[in-house]
Amino acid sequence: MNKDQKQQDFRRSDRIFARLAKVAGSLILVALAAVALFLIFEGVPGMLADPDTTSIFRGKSFWEYAWPLVFGTMWAAFLALLFAVPVSLGIALFITHYAPRKIANGLGYVIDLLAAVPSVVFGLWGILVLAPAVQPFYAWLFDNLHWIPFFAGERVSGTGRTILTAALVLAVMILPIITAITREIFLQTPRLHEEAAVALGATRWEMIRMAVLPFGRSGIISAAMLGLGRALGETMAVAMVLSATGAVTINLLTSNNPSTIAANIALQFPEAYGMNVNVLIATGLILFIVTFLVNAAARWIVNRRAEFSGAN
Amino acid sequence: MKTIRLGSIAAVTAVSALLLAGCAANEEPTDPEVPSLSGTLNGSGASSQGKAQDAWRAGFQTANQAVTVNYDGGGSGAGRDAFAAGSVDFAGSDRAFKTSEIQDKTFVGCAADSGLVELPLYISPIAIAFKLEGINSINLDAETLAKIFSGQVTKWNDPAIASQNAGVTLPDLAITYVFRGENSGTTENFVDYLKKAAPNAWTWDVSGDWPEELKSQGEAASETSGVVTAISGGEGYIGYLDASRAGDLGTVALKVGDSYTPFSPAAAAAVVDDSSLESGRTSGDLAFTINRSTTKAGAYPLILISYLVGCETYVDPAKGELVKAYFSHMASEAGQQAAADNAGSAPISSSLRAQVEATIALIK
Repeated sequence: MNKDQKQQDFRRSDRIFARLAKVAGSLILVALAAVALFLIFEGVPGMLADPDTTSIFRGKSFWEYAWPLVFGTMWAAFLALLFAVPVSLGIALFITHYAPRKIANGLGYVIDLLAAVPSVVFGLWGILVLAPAVQPFYAWLFDNLHWIPFFAGERVSGTGRTILTAALVLAVMILPIITAITREIFLQTPRLHEEAAVALGATRWEMIRMAVLPFGRSGIISAAMLGLGRALGETMAVAMVLSATGAVTINLLTSNNPSTIAANIALQFPEAYGMNVNVLIATGLILFIVTFLVNAAARWIVNRRAEFSGAN
Repeated sequence: MKTIRLGSIAAVTAVSALLLAGCAANEEPTDPEVPSLSGTLNGSGASSQGKAQDAWRAGFQTANQAVTVNYDGGGSGAGRDAFAAGSVDFAGSDRAFKTSEIQDKTFVGCAADSGLVELPLYISPIAIAFKLEGINSINLDAETLAKIFSGQVTKWNDPAIASQNAGVTLPDLAITYVFRGENSGTTENFVDYLKKAAPNAWTWDVSGDWPEELKSQGEAASETSGVVTAISGGEGYIGYLDASRAGDLGTVALKVGDSYTPFSPAAAAAVVDDSSLESGRTSGDLAFTINRSTTKAGAYPLILISYLVGCETYVDPAKGELVKAYFSHMASEAGQQAAADNAGSAPISSSLRAQVEATIALIK
């Protein structure tokens, strides 16, 4: 085999690989388009369905039906993020800057393991372990801090199956992804920045505040948004844990809670027929759009912040 | 619309057919007799009769080695849709087709002039279960039950409850009722009972969804297992559920006539015998109007009837023959007993069996 032939072979394999990569890249777009088209074609008739003949509406219009679900989805995801982000940052900082290397490796591994637990298992844990465990605490909050709107309501849930519990389960579920990403970001903080801060007399906490956090800001935001995406779409855990009555309320401790879009679809689909199926798919379309907007917002924030981060 | 339903149902059926075909092949032949039936029978529908279907399928496939029966318990609504679309040969449904639906729909698997066959082969009592320390059973009439489940009676020691339970120490505890968060045949039957047995106290419409105005006062749970978990987890909780799942929870004896009747298979079967067929239906259509306000001693009117739905005349006569044989197996004394053992249902009475067998004879 002479040199020319060899080069030709290389070129051919190069071309084949480039083509394969292109196929892989476009495949994801095809899948996304297929899902979007399905949601639009099956969902739009549901949005326009006649409230009088579509039994799932029970006399309400589509938007009156969908609004509590959208609210519940956003509310539960927001609460989950509120709990998960500070804890995740703490874990990531501990692993990258405080823990001895041996413990850090082990801890990182355990966190990643948490991401592999199926959501049904989290749901079971939520309903059988977490809910009964936190119920007495809820009762205490309800009795003593009743004047705070979040802890108000008619009666505290006797089982603890409230939106607060659902949000706690969601928080545990999104912990691993937020932790994993922020950990990687913190590890990439330029050594020189950190050393400069310490050389100027900063304590370790001041060094983290001056060098690590500003550098990682955009990474933290995109990690939080990825976590939010998972929380928005989570189905089984919420469906199992939450006592969803369809109310729009910020009370956290009662049995009267808003449902989420994904959980509602999972629960209602088996008995749905005719136009009701289209209505459920239409709520799925709304979830798709909401998730898309959240991701777009995250992208925008990350891009805007990039130029101000400590990286340059 | 049609595209996704058919697609998904076809996929589910294909997968379950593969799985179940594997099961059937593994079973040891017990009957040396040459089987006269062969083929595959697909059904889908109510999850309530899923366990009974397991028992029936096992029994039928053991007796007929060359037949494979599949049942996908994905819900009554999905089952009725799939049956109408012709993608399954029979459906299980927690309610019979409405006469308006029978008129409007075309049933692809049935011959053009064929009527439907609907058989009440799965009868199951619905229990009212509660959790109160040290109390296993209480007596309630329909009126009080309706008031409890609509938030008008809110304490366990309310005089309305106490007056019916002399000798039972009822705690000064709030009542929380649990309802099914998703559309469910159990809810529909429970609400139907309240509406018919206590029309003054229960003013809401009969539907598989819990009344919207009452949702904020109770606690929602998904599926029967969710209801069990909720009641077991909360002191003072009460809810309705398939009786076979009541387990260790306390249960309510309902006032029927002048006495209180706890749920039992025999009491459930008794109320069907006391009920009449819905009028305006074809001869193969055994849809019952359950006599919820029965006063017959020993009857328990809070029951769920899950129907088996097929065609009188199938487009494919071979399918008709299979369905006929399978329905006969379900209706047989052994079949009903197997369902009772496996799912806790109430075996149909011999008079109802005679009626059902006459109807099955129509299938071809």
